[in-house]
Amino acid sequence: MALPQAKTDATEARLAHLQMPDGAGWANDARADALSRLRAMGLPGARDEYWRFTRPDALNAPVAPGAAVFDAKETALFSDIDRLRIVFRDGVFDAEASDDFSHENLAIERLSDATAKDIHWAKDLYGVLETRGQTPVKRPFAALNTAFATDGVVVRATGKVSKPVSFVYLHENPNSDAILHFVVRVEEGAELTILENGPAAARFNKCMEVEIADRATFHHVRAQGRDHERLAITHLFARLGEESTFKSFTLTANGRLTRNEAVIEVNGDNATAHIAGAAVGDGDFHHDDTVFITHDAVNCESRQVFKKVLRNGAVGAFQGKILVKAGAQKTDGYQISQALLLDGDAEFLAKPELEIYADDVACSHGSTTGAIDEEALFYLRSRGVPSSEAQDLLVLSFLTEAIDEIDDKAISADILSRLEGWLHRRRRS
Amino acid sequence: MLKINNLHVKLEEEEKIILKGVNLEVPAGKVHAIMGPNGSGKSTLSYVLSGRDGYEVTAGSATLQGQEILELDPEERASAGLFLAFQYPVEIPGVGNMTFLRTALNSQRKARGEDELSAADFLKLIREKAKSLKIDADMLKRPVNVGFSGGEKKRNEILQMAILEPKMCILDETDSGLDVDAMKLVADGVNALRAEGRSFLVITHYQRLLDHIKPDVVHIMADGRIVKTGGPELALEVENNGYADIFAEVA
Ligand SMILES: Nc1ncnc2c1ncn2[C@@H]1O[C@H](COP(=O)(O)OP(=O)(O)O)[C@@H](O)[C@H]1O
Ligand SMILES: [Mg+2]
Repeated sequence: MALPQAKTDATEARLAHLQMPDGAGWANDARADALSRLRAMGLPGARDEYWRFTRPDALNAPVAPGAAVFDAKETALFSDIDRLRIVFRDGVFDAEASDDFSHENLAIERLSDATAKDIHWAKDLYGVLETRGQTPVKRPFAALNTAFATDGVVVRATGKVSKPVSFVYLHENPNSDAILHFVVRVEEGAELTILENGPAAARFNKCMEVEIADRATFHHVRAQGRDHERLAITHLFARLGEESTFKSFTLTANGRLTRNEAVIEVNGDNATAHIAGAAVGDGDFHHDDTVFITHDAVNCESRQVFKKVLRNGAVGAFQGKILVKAGAQKTDGYQISQALLLDGDAEFLAKPELEIYADDVACSHGSTTGAIDEEALFYLRSRGVPSSEAQDLLVLSFLTEAIDEIDDKAISADILSRLEGWLHRRRRS
Repeated sequence: MLKINNLHVKLEEEEKIILKGVNLEVPAGKVHAIMGPNGSGKSTLSYVLSGRDGYEVTAGSATLQGQEILELDPEERASAGLFLAFQYPVEIPGVGNMTFLRTALNSQRKARGEDELSAADFLKLIREKAKSLKIDADMLKRPVNVGFSGGEKKRNEILQMAILEPKMCILDETDSGLDVDAMKLVADGVNALRAEGRSFLVITHYQRLLDHIKPDVVHIMADGRIVKTGGPELALEVENNGYADIFAEVA
């Protein structure tokens, strides 16, 4: 089917400003394939089913709209966590600022180094999970990423990795437009935690493909920085083997536009997939979580917990789907998406979807939009807790279910303290 | 301690007058009880004193130790020493009971210019107070009042009172929904707090509670006014004959 001319024009206009990296080795085929897929699907338009809540214009624009660099003047998130740091400046790997890659049970290479080798494990994954994730819902920016990613790393865990691999995304150039691609493979029985922090660029397109083998564990915690004007479109593709565990949490505070897509294939029996997010926005803030979980194995559990706190014009969107394929019996699927609107000038749009083809499953989903509970607020104040503190306490309690999805207590405490800071800065303003 | 003078209150949202000139004075160290039929305005009085939204004071005043309180924020009244044990304690999912108590106590101490209690000191304090009210560690860990039985909620109110050590304690039907044993626990908790500098206003329907918490003075409230004031024997009279005789007499 031919694309509408407007879509083709928008896509070609964008492509005119993009260039595939030279000498991309074995990735060239995957990149060329992604480019032809992108041309066939076109960049998103406002009429596309999964782009009704979020305008793609700023992401489609051939040249990234600039974003002022924000100096947080605070200790960076995860600073107290013993971790292996891998630093990107406006989307370019910075070896000087990064830790040495060598670590027990871990193989890390820069994407360009990996693709230059004739034989490489990542060859079977680069663009593969992304391609699978294009059905049934098109994800043009993920195809764009596979085709044009300029940097990234590949990570393979072969056993329990004793410290998290921590991607640090610095944003220093107000006009940067970064495209990073990551391939992660957690081998059978291995355990890996990946941390991500920072805005990365004025406009950031990130794609992470994660293969989790049987009995492997993958934990992921990310925060998307405090820059107010930055744009981000991210994709997380994961495929889970038998008895494997996947847990992902995202903190989003600020950002003019964020769309985080997750496509999770639960393919091995007895696997667990949890994905959670806490987003807080004030003013020019649009945050979109678009999640697609497919159950294609027996006795698996999935949880989606997404909470948003919005005020002063901020908009939140959630599109979450649980697809249970025929034969995926004993699936336990849970999905909750909630927004707390702190004033009358905020908006939450939600589209929860269940599609079930197995008969012996327990799936539930719920979506709510509400304000601060005035009864609870008075109760706290009547005990002497000042109004602003009481309100913060209630906001944090609203977010608790999402934050609780982070297993590591030190990491969740750090995330919590950032949320406290965000709320504190907005008291009585 | 607490002095209420000609208090008139209407609902903010509608033209409904609820309190029609309440006069009441509770001296320091005394226990006063308020009895009265449902809908007479007892809870409204306690809410207005503690600063809940939704009411408009159209006339009158209320002072706590000489300080006007009706213009203060609820948290300021609390720090000034006022405490209301709610008729219907509020559930707060996601806020741990312990965190709640510690935040409340330290907020009040801070407001009064006192040092905040350390985590260790607080733990010691709460363990001791919780024990006497038979509140176990699990109840302290759970979110505030969530999944608590009616009796547990009321005991939790008394625990808060014991921790916060207010000067003026208002108990709104703290006995309702309690079995005999739970009522005894609650009454013992209240009695343990009785002190020279602390006053109580106990709102109840039943003589039962007043057997345990002996009031100095009993007031009868009807249709937004205190219609009769007397000694403990007034509660017995209500218990035996209902309100009809009293109303006939004051009509
Ligand atoms: N927020 C409110 N909205 C409507 N009516 C109210 C409200 N608060 C109190 N009232 C009314 O005021 C009267 C007194 O209520 P209340 O103070 O609860 O009495 P009591 O505690 O003595 O039973 C009742 O008629 C009640 O319905
Ligand atoms: Mg009442």
